[in-house]
Amino acid sequence: MALTGLDIYKLLPKTNCKKCGRPTCLAFAMQLAQKKANIDECPDVSEQAKQTLGAASAPPIKLVTIGAGDNALRVGEENVLFRHEEKFYHPAGVAVAVSDRLSEAELDKKLKEVSALRFHRVGTEIGINLVAIQNDSGDKDAFARVSQKVSSNINLLLILASQSPEAMAQALSADGLAAKRPLLYGANNQNFESMAKLAKEKNCPLGVHSTSLEELADLTEKIKTLGVSEMVLNYQGNGVRDVLQGLTRLRRAALRKNFRSLGFPTITFLNDQDPYGEIAQASTYLAKYAGILVLHSYEPWQVLPLLTVRQNIYTDPQKPVQVQPKLYEVGQVTPDSPVLFTTNFSLTYYSVEGEVEASRIPTYILAVDTEGTSVLTAYSGDKLNEKVVAKAMNNTSVGERLKHKKLIIPGLVAVMSAKLKDETGWDILVGPKEASGLPSYLKTTWDRHGKKG
Amino acid sequence: MQIPNVTEKWSGTVTEVTIGATKEEGGTRQKVVKVGGASCIPFMDFEGSPGHKPVIAMDVLDVPPEDWPPALMEPFKDVISDPALWAKKCVDKYGADLICIKLDGIHPDKGNRGAEEAVKTVRSVLQAVGVPLIIWGCDDTQKDNEVLPKISQATKGERCLLASATQDNYKNIVANCMADGHNLVTQAPVDVNIQKQVNILVTDIGFPLDRIVMFQTTGALGYGMEYAYSIQERERLAALSGDKFLALPVLCNVGYESWRSKEAKSKDEESPGWGLAAERGPLWETITAVTLIQSGVDIIRMYHPKAVAAVKKHIDALYTDGR
Ligand code: SF4
Repeated sequence: MALTGLDIYKLLPKTNCKKCGRPTCLAFAMQLAQKKANIDECPDVSEQAKQTLGAASAPPIKLVTIGAGDNALRVGEENVLFRHEEKFYHPAGVAVAVSDRLSEAELDKKLKEVSALRFHRVGTEIGINLVAIQNDSGDKDAFARVSQKVSSNINLLLILASQSPEAMAQALSADGLAAKRPLLYGANNQNFESMAKLAKEKNCPLGVHSTSLEELADLTEKIKTLGVSEMVLNYQGNGVRDVLQGLTRLRRAALRKNFRSLGFPTITFLNDQDPYGEIAQASTYLAKYAGILVLHSYEPWQVLPLLTVRQNIYTDPQKPVQVQPKLYEVGQVTPDSPVLFTTNFSLTYYSVEGEVEASRIPTYILAVDTEGTSVLTAYSGDKLNEKVVAKAMNNTSVGERLKHKKLIIPGLVAVMSAKLKDETGWDILVGPKEASGLPSYLKTTWDRHGKKG
Repeated sequence: MQIPNVTEKWSGTVTEVTIGATKEEGGTRQKVVKVGGASCIPFMDFEGSPGHKPVIAMDVLDVPPEDWPPALMEPFKDVISDPALWAKKCVDKYGADLICIKLDGIHPDKGNRGAEEAVKTVRSVLQAVGVPLIIWGCDDTQKDNEVLPKISQATKGERCLLASATQDNYKNIVANCMADGHNLVTQAPVDVNIQKQVNILVTDIGFPLDRIVMFQTTGALGYGMEYAYSIQERERLAALSGDKFLALPVLCNVGYESWRSKEAKSKDEESPGWGLAAERGPLWETITAVTLIQSGVDIIRMYHPKAVAAVKKHIDALYTDGR
């Protein structure tokens, strides 16, 4: 929680000596509160005041980096409980668990399948981020061998999951593995000293787990004093409601109460026998408030919806999401295909595209640049008028692709028909008001008036 | 270490709405469904009541759908042209809490069926099942205004949920719901202010708040779900903070919306690398539903029995103390 100017004033020498270049300590304090000054500008401030100020300005949830370089995953440093208040900043990491009990052949097969978990959606590539190697065997050689193999065969970040500091140390001793900054998972009330020592020595983030939030808070404080500051917390709840409540309490304690002992991102392990249940739970935690999710099952039809939830929830709610304004082809279009326009607001565009696809009639969709606003909003804000549409038609040379000169316009802006006809010389056909009316419109009205007349 | 108390204090409660009427209450339903009642952030029952469990309304169409993919058609192929049998299967076999009759066939472009035929369909469903009904028009204002009053009269006393009233078209349906004792869906596309406005308009002409369910239109996972999610979350926060015009149960149209998306309906050969269509569609529907539930949802309209089963199981878990 940020300190107010008055809070800061109380920490200053209150001598009004002007050495900072401000007339009074209070003036300096006010500027500090607005982040327009630096505490070092006051030569007489106490060390303790500096520390208090420093701690207060640190983000309430620590940013933790797993991995190194461009592909590193950053989780934490979230500011809000509800995405509409601002946005969720650091998309949760999604991991697939790999057991060190797998045979060579099983491991090869699994790594191949896991590598393929990348998808294209809405012009973006989405994929899983990490592999969690689990020391199910309890054997440190097996753990080290599998960790090494995963590390050298897959281009994903790593979580080393073992309760044994010896197994962890051995896995980390492999060439180059520690430099990849895997998440070491994890520390508990028994092993935290040796785990923290390893994490500090290897400069790796540390996972901490417990079945109680109170104990988690104790552990993070102890681990901090051992020199480790990047932690990821697992509240091991019982059942979906308990885990959801634990994740919520953690986020609220950090944000609403500035409770530093729980001010870390989270990690949650899924392991449900029901393939739908596992993804249902993971999606629930993704919305409220997972940092990293470790999946037990990983069929593409399971991973794709989960990654899409992440894509949706982490979209910036203040920014209208836009598609590129251009001429899109849906299906095998020909010079006789219908052409319709809509806006480049992605929600509008994709509902139109979905309906056109459903109609199975190959169609051109002209996405007009309305700065990502919907048809009516754009029209009433004059971001959508006959000139804007005409310009889009010119820019895309749509006329050269067609044998006809008929443009279908959204029913909501039927009023612009006459002006648009004057501006472009095209025949204007008024389409349905809702995208859902498009399939029947294309099948009947277009078929009757468009194609033939 | 003691951790800070993070319990939030809320002043508002989502209004409880009862759908369906038993014989004693003047209807013919075997049971009624109550929705609403939450007085905390969804499932945070340490600070209030989570309210009634969200319920599942399975959609039944009055005319066989033309564009359903095979994975969706499969469970219904024996009943697809008989709404009564279809509804019965949804209740008896798939555990639907409610049936939502979607009157696609009255739309001028989709068959243009008359009121008489629609009434007949609704009557046959009423007879076939004992659960309460939602009756949804075709979203053609003129046709809905023609047909829904007849259905309202024909089901008088059954306390159905009729959809929908909008900012521009509410007087007709409100008058009918009022006269025949039904509940009403008020609809406002992803806009909190318009939603509140519609709720004020319909209560201004005398419709009781405790018979209203709100609908913001729903975006499927990957197709604008986050807009509906945040609108619903804002409405739920307003409700808990004491805004009585937004303290109403919320309905989502998950089945129809999610099965329009490529990810749900494309065939295996069209989308290599996405996995089995037979699982992809039902899971897409499941995940749209369970994610939206986190924003505060009371009634979920759904299609596929596998998705219905998964969502019900998930809801049960959210109402179970696992500790
Ligand atoms: S230099 Fe420090 S003590 Fe002097 S006026 Fe500025 S804030 Fe006050």
